[in-house]
Amino acid sequence: MDFSFPKEYRLLRRVVREICETEIKPIAKKIDREHGVPSELVKKLASLGLMGVPFPQEYGGMGAGEIGYCIVAEELGRVCSSTTTVVGAHIGIAAMSIHLDGTEEQKRKYLVPLAQGRHIGAFGLTEAAAGSDAAAIKTTAVRDGNEYVINGTKVFITNGDIADTIVIMAVTDASLGAYGGITAFIVETDSPGYSIGSLENKMGIRGSTTAECVLQDVHVPKENVLGRFGAGFLTFMKSLDIGRASLGAGCLGGAQVAMEASIQWAKAREQFGVPVATKQAVHFMISEMFVEIEALRSLVYRTAWLIDTHQPHIMEAAACKLFGSETAGRCSNKALQIHGALGYSRDCEIERGWRDQRITEIYEGTNEIQRIVIASNLFRPYGVKVST
Amino acid sequence: MDLRLSEDQLMFKRMFSDFCAKEIRPRGEHIDQAEEPPVELLNKAVDQGFWAALVPESMDGCGLDVYTYTLMLEELARADMSTAVTLAAHNSLVVKPLLDHGTDDQRARFVPGLAMGETLGAFALTEPGAGSDAAALRTTAVRDGDFYRLTGTKVWVGNGGLAGLFLVLARADRGITAFLIERDTPGLTVGYREKTLGLRGVSFTTLYLDGARVPVGQRLGDEGKGLDLAQHALDYSRLGLGAMALGACERSLEEAVLFSMDHIQFSVPIAQKQIIQNYIANAKASIEAIRGLVTQTAWLADSGQDFSQLASITKLFSGHTAYEVTNKLLQVHGGYGYMKEYAIERYYRDCRALEIVGGTSQIQQYLVARDIYRAEGLEIRP
Repeated sequence: MDFSFPKEYRLLRRVVREICETEIKPIAKKIDREHGVPSELVKKLASLGLMGVPFPQEYGGMGAGEIGYCIVAEELGRVCSSTTTVVGAHIGIAAMSIHLDGTEEQKRKYLVPLAQGRHIGAFGLTEAAAGSDAAAIKTTAVRDGNEYVINGTKVFITNGDIADTIVIMAVTDASLGAYGGITAFIVETDSPGYSIGSLENKMGIRGSTTAECVLQDVHVPKENVLGRFGAGFLTFMKSLDIGRASLGAGCLGGAQVAMEASIQWAKAREQFGVPVATKQAVHFMISEMFVEIEALRSLVYRTAWLIDTHQPHIMEAAACKLFGSETAGRCSNKALQIHGALGYSRDCEIERGWRDQRITEIYEGTNEIQRIVIASNLFRPYGVKVST
Repeated sequence: MDLRLSEDQLMFKRMFSDFCAKEIRPRGEHIDQAEEPPVELLNKAVDQGFWAALVPESMDGCGLDVYTYTLMLEELARADMSTAVTLAAHNSLVVKPLLDHGTDDQRARFVPGLAMGETLGAFALTEPGAGSDAAALRTTAVRDGDFYRLTGTKVWVGNGGLAGLFLVLARADRGITAFLIERDTPGLTVGYREKTLGLRGVSFTTLYLDGARVPVGQRLGDEGKGLDLAQHALDYSRLGLGAMALGACERSLEEAVLFSMDHIQFSVPIAQKQIIQNYIANAKASIEAIRGLVTQTAWLADSGQDFSQLASITKLFSGHTAYEVTNKLLQVHGGYGYMKEYAIERYYRDCRALEIVGGTSQIQQYLVARDIYRAEGLEIRP
């Protein structure tokens, strides 16, 4: 057992930390206020290989695996959750699904430009009536010669409006249900019939756009079926599983920075003639943050290791997302309390962290769904079916 | 013990409830997004007595008892937290101390304007270096013949941008003292407006006093009695914050219940899911616990008993509980709860203030523990 990071990972962290501190942190407030991650920033990340961290080098990636990607997500999570979300949707689910289930041609054509950051990716699963119940999607894909014609509306799609490539889940045979009846398609967003409806006005991660994506008679060549026909449900389950580990890593960064800022503020802020850092209530809050953060760190990187070494990881990845988001929630809430009125002000980064964090308990499968995933895996050996 | 409302109380509750539902509630989202106090709406609320809740009938006010006043704040909060906090600051922190501690002359001069909606009140206690430690305030009041000269900086002054009358705490020769200062007083400047997480329709501002000249006749209470006066006003404020936490939680529950009946996942409304039912049931349990505290505290106040400790407990419990309740009820909404078009998104941000404003939870904890130990003969430090 060796818990230390090998040299190349330490180097990766140093590179990412530097760009985060010098290029992202100074504009994080602006990204929140003006609702957008600048495209120059995405280009900069791409130039460093950060838009394709986990993917093999032969497909334009960095080849740093899930551990490397978690390092990047953790560092991004320290400075700007909007940027973490843009990168997370791009790498963690969009490009990941092509990496996992794409054919050689599909990887050459779509994964390479995504991994190189020349293209941006999005993942189109959720619909107005199909959130936690993803199998209830209504978008359809109908065969027409050598093509499929896709019709439907996806909502809450991260990067939906800036993506070049979007993976769309559509019903190809309603009679077969989730397993067998849903297929994944790679769709180029400049295809005729693809358009963006409204953009959501959100509490946080306001620099990451959340779009309604309308598909009206979008023609897709049959070569763009991703994975086995009818096995789209498995494709997204696999992608989401892996995405959950890095989501926990982003939360780790956010929680850690909330603790660090709280320590600094408690040291500087005087009340009753002493720094509030001398108060026991503050000590306890900070200690509790530390314990949860360290537990999360272990969970995240152990899960990343499970993924990189191709071991079972579904429950662990769900635990990363569940515990990570709730840890970030508790830490950012305690940090806000330690900051007092300042924490309630939008001049303070703690306030942004608090708003940004809240979505992590909801997106990519609500925490209720994570609990169901874990319970169903735990009960399965005993023949007990855990229903949703 | 009879907790039923009297006919008068019921009448007021209905009147407040009707106005809030009809006039205020539909504007909540707009108030939040515009980030401005709803001036027109506040003016409209004058006729319903919202500005004169605690003013005796002999002075053309509503003459509400404290319990009925909490019902008013509950109804306001159910409709919109920013409007509720604006009116609560006016009534609890300016009108009430003026009524309790003002001279006949002061009441005659200032109450009518406050009650009739001409003048909004603002309470200025907090300073950059004096938040939880209010007694550390540094604003000075130097006697100069028939005047005081006030110099210092106040922050987080609720209603600062709108107020016509400020209740300012400053340090005079004999200690901390309260003053009533009109907005147009030379040397008084309203400064930076805070950009806040929630309560975005409340104008929290900085207040600069640069030798502001205040007649001795506008000193509220005796020199050196300012902290007692502030403490008393804060007792009402804390009880009021409990009532607003109650209204906010009730509204949030209402939103979550309706959403969970409408939102279908796995072929059934999510209301059919055990975990959603548990979230809903726990929220209701918390609401009734807050209501119990608010009611009991108001009864103490109305029966002339000391309600200071229970006001702190109400504030402590309801502030934290409102965070937990709105957090879980947001979760019931899933992704929709993160979107500004759903009221729960706003209530979650608004309610987060309740563990900070009116004295942080940590200060309430100190005050409660202090009283417990004091009764045993031990003095504890904050």
